[in-house]
Amino acid sequence: MDPAPTADPAPPDAFVDIDDVSLVYGRGTSRTVALHHASIAVPRGGFAAVVGPSGCGKSSLMKLVTGLMPPTRGTIRVDGATVTGPLKIAGMAFQNPTLLPWRSTLDNIMLPLEIVEPHASRLRRNRAEYVGRAEALLASVGLDGFGNRNPWQLSGGMQQRASLCRSLIHEPDLLMLDEPFAALDAFTREELWGVLQKVWMERRFTVVLVTHDLREAVYLADRIYVMSARPGRIVAARDVPFARPRSLEDTFAPEFVDIVHELRDHISRERAAA
Amino acid sequence: MSDMIDDLPTEEETRSRFGRAALENASPVIIAIVTLIVWEIACRVFDVPRFVLPTPSMIFASLVKWHAVIATHAAQTLYTTLIGFAFAVVAGLVIGIAVGTSRLLYKALYPILIAFNSVPKVAIVPVLVIWFGIGTIPAAITAFLLAFFPIVVNVAAGLATVEPELEDVLRSLGASKRKILMKVGLPRSMPYFFASLKVAITLALVGSVISETIASNAGIGYLMLNASSRFDVPLVFAGLFVVAALGVAIYALFATVETRFTGWATRAQTARLEGTGGG
Repeated sequence: MDPAPTADPAPPDAFVDIDDVSLVYGRGTSRTVALHHASIAVPRGGFAAVVGPSGCGKSSLMKLVTGLMPPTRGTIRVDGATVTGPLKIAGMAFQNPTLLPWRSTLDNIMLPLEIVEPHASRLRRNRAEYVGRAEALLASVGLDGFGNRNPWQLSGGMQQRASLCRSLIHEPDLLMLDEPFAALDAFTREELWGVLQKVWMERRFTVVLVTHDLREAVYLADRIYVMSARPGRIVAARDVPFARPRSLEDTFAPEFVDIVHELRDHISRERAAA
Repeated sequence: MSDMIDDLPTEEETRSRFGRAALENASPVIIAIVTLIVWEIACRVFDVPRFVLPTPSMIFASLVKWHAVIATHAAQTLYTTLIGFAFAVVAGLVIGIAVGTSRLLYKALYPILIAFNSVPKVAIVPVLVIWFGIGTIPAAITAFLLAFFPIVVNVAAGLATVEPELEDVLRSLGASKRKILMKVGLPRSMPYFFASLKVAITLALVGSVISETIASNAGIGYLMLNASSRFDVPLVFAGLFVVAALGVAIYALFATVETRFTGWATRAQTARLEGTGGG
């Protein structure tokens, strides 16, 4: 086995800096080590992906970075400050779009504005401005004019687009994505890769994408971290050098396929070891 | 774009749906009428004595004859039912939200609530009579005691169904517990709450009638007890019919309220059914 330790020192300008973090759940016999000495650094405006077998603690990573859960050991810094509680500058999207059925799509997207300052106190007076912003965002993900539909009238792919809009409406500096496209059919998924890449190139927020789809990771990310099965460790990190915007055609290029294979090798080695 | 909705059914399909809907709406009335007719005929054919089982026509005659008295007692029953129900809604919401949002309160209160709910309310009425005398107060309290439990359970269940991911989204935006409750928890539990109202109001009615039967000088329960002591069995049955009619009426009222306020919950279901059905 080749552990390929990634002791790459965090660059000084890292926006998200996960520094030697361990996370342990429960106690006694139900004690599980979800993360073990994991280090990840994402520069400001960077796009990082974390891939690994299921149950490797990828989702714990999301909760740690957004401050919903404290690490057992190690420190997490976002934008230079150590994370001690919920971040307030993060947007999140999950495999399940979790839209609220009693609100129209537009009102769903505007939910974060009712919570995050300074928007929450400005929303009532400047509603038209914010509605305009939400509609522009809807248009940019291809949901032009669907704002007044109810979420349950939208298809799965459209709901996921709306969920993406909701995670971006308050213009977060950090976007955390937990397998956002995993429940979609292959065609819709690939379409949404393009949508996400486009929005990211326009706005340049920092993204951490957790996924088990290797093609998705290589298509979207600048840098990919491979995690092992529990206890989750970072066993490899791989830069993706391709120019942007990347097209679906590029995913069939030999260099692209080589990276996918390389990642797959790491993961199958981890699975064999587990 | 691959995401298309609105596959409109043909006009023919729509029409057949309407036909079935009309039959569905009329079916309970049809069943009731058929049952009454069979009952009437059976009583006459087998010559059942009127103090054992009166025929529907006798019951109806009794209803007409005593309608003024019945109306007064029915009003009293409705009054105690609604008082008990109103308190049950308030208490049910408060306790339901408390139990649904706080793990500690859930652990602390739930076993007690279960124990309390398991006590037959008939057994409590004599105690209430000792404390409050006979009449309106014990009836309203019995109605309250029966009605508040389903509201508590449903509100708590509604709050418990909030998706953890959604809570994460809101927490990562810096939302307070109170804000999450207002924006997501309460709206999410409204369908459960309104569904429980239908059950609670009928249970409140049952509670009122139980209490009136044991200790009261007014109300349908009292009327029935009084009539049975005089062997006026048609009037007893008339009382039963009135209670049943009251129950259906208030149930229908709250079912309407439910669809008005939480239509999104059932509309989502209709859309899904229609989306997969198609004929």
